[in-house]
Amino acid sequence: MEPIIKTEKLRFEYTNQEEQQIAALRDINLEINKGEFIVIIGHNGSGKSTLAKHINAILKPSAGVIWVKGMDTRDDDKVWDIRQTAGMVFQNPDNQLVATIVEEDVAFGPENLAIPPEEIRKRIKEALEKVGMESYAKSAPHYLSGGQKQRVAIAGIIAMKPEIIVLDEPTAMLDPSGRREVMETIHYLNKQEGITVVHITHYMEEAIDADRVIVMEKGKVVMQGKPRDIFTKVEQLKALGLDVPQMAELAYELRKEGLDISPDVMTVEEMVNSLCQ
Amino acid sequence: MPIKIENLTHIYMQGTPFEATALQNINLEIDDGEFVGLIGHTGSGKSTLIQHLNGLLKPTSGTITVNDIRIDKDSRNLKEVRRQVGLVFQYPEHQLFEETVYQDIAFGPRNLGLSAEEIDVRVKEAMALVGLDFDSLKDRSPFELSGGQRRRVAIAGVIAMKPKILILDEPTAGLDPRGRDEILGQIKEFHERYGITVILVSHSMEDVARLVNKIIVMNRGRVALYGTPEEVFRHADELEEMGLGIPQITRLMRMLRERGIDVPDDVFTIERAKEVILEKLKGGKVNA
Repeated sequence: MEPIIKTEKLRFEYTNQEEQQIAALRDINLEINKGEFIVIIGHNGSGKSTLAKHINAILKPSAGVIWVKGMDTRDDDKVWDIRQTAGMVFQNPDNQLVATIVEEDVAFGPENLAIPPEEIRKRIKEALEKVGMESYAKSAPHYLSGGQKQRVAIAGIIAMKPEIIVLDEPTAMLDPSGRREVMETIHYLNKQEGITVVHITHYMEEAIDADRVIVMEKGKVVMQGKPRDIFTKVEQLKALGLDVPQMAELAYELRKEGLDISPDVMTVEEMVNSLCQ
Repeated sequence: MPIKIENLTHIYMQGTPFEATALQNINLEIDDGEFVGLIGHTGSGKSTLIQHLNGLLKPTSGTITVNDIRIDKDSRNLKEVRRQVGLVFQYPEHQLFEETVYQDIAFGPRNLGLSAEEIDVRVKEAMALVGLDFDSLKDRSPFELSGGQRRRVAIAGVIAMKPKILILDEPTAGLDPRGRDEILGQIKEFHERYGITVILVSHSMEDVARLVNKIIVMNRGRVALYGTPEEVFRHADELEEMGLGIPQITRLMRMLRERGIDVPDDVFTIERAKEVILEKLKGGKVNA
């Protein structure tokens, strides 16, 4: 099957204030399949957000190509189709909500697609149900918690019926319960609705349940694989300035001392089982 | 300089339909030189509480005493308490405004009426403490710097005031793991070197457990728990009910104890957990 996102030698360069040419993405070759749950990690400045912004044509390649559902993002006629296919959620919940009532905010995208009013109403209702915010349809966004605001932002994307959602550190500004709400929502959308998810985060715990983890450094993909394969490479991740889920790190430390801990321990429960067999 | 909070209550918009009680009868004492973690769900009253400590908010009732300076609902002159208590807000980099890094950090000290030489010394010291290179960065615009660097400039601006008490509201929010570790390391060093009191608001139980010697847990405008990390993290069920949690390592120790393995309950870090587990497993398998 053709991947839903594909890049070939994708390169992005810009000129900084000192007039230097900076390559934010260096010849990235990547394929993401429909229905995958991808987590991208990497420290600030590694190119994660730049890559994300290429997926819905906010940025266009300096060289190379990115295809989103077969559409080349350099093709200006395709921009709106691409943005409808791949919706984007950003870090700051306060910067993305535009209306004074939740349901109007969710309606903003579909209204711009010139969808008939009855259909819009149906989509708003469905979208708010999917993110568990239906009882807040008539609320004012500024009275919501951070996690609730992010779920409304996600509903606004869902109402456009996208096939891909790209989330650029959507949990960075949230407290632990807000983070949990958002993660549960995007897992639900991935599993139940089959939406392809590209999730950028600094919280390694959020990567444990991904289908694939992509590690970026200096504009390149330096590692990728199943979470259990990536997070056993403790030294490599630390050298990149990244965290490892705590239990994976403890497992690694114990193995180094010769204990027989199964290599794919990621959670507290798995650690307890591994220690008590 | 101890902090003493007595019967502190704060009600927002009292007498209007929007009246909301943010703090309810808080009583707390914080000793000199402590490193205190302040945790609680969003809306639990953390930010309201810290804004009382340097007089940005005044109590609806009750008092706060900081080094013999008393703040109550009628307090007028709060300049001295603001000089002694430095407050770093969430996302402090949004408050940078000067043309150069140097000017921005010097803004506070200048308002204290210090000499140019003294200001210079303080700016250099503060930049060194937060890991910013003086010569290469002093004349740069803060707006050209990376997010992590901007945050350090903002923290340096507060440190340059030489506060006796430093309060930081989620200083690592939005940073990557390396930026987080650097800033927390610098705060720890600052605390150790100058022996000042530090209050750190955080959502990360792991960070709090690693750094602080006391924890205040706020819930619905009240102090739900206050004690050493060992004491506080023993209340795992209560913390979960408040939408908080305990460090993963502590949870691991708890689950091992439930399986009948005798491990201590004051383990929060990976290094310590490793020692404890190795000790128990010496000579073979765990006897569960």
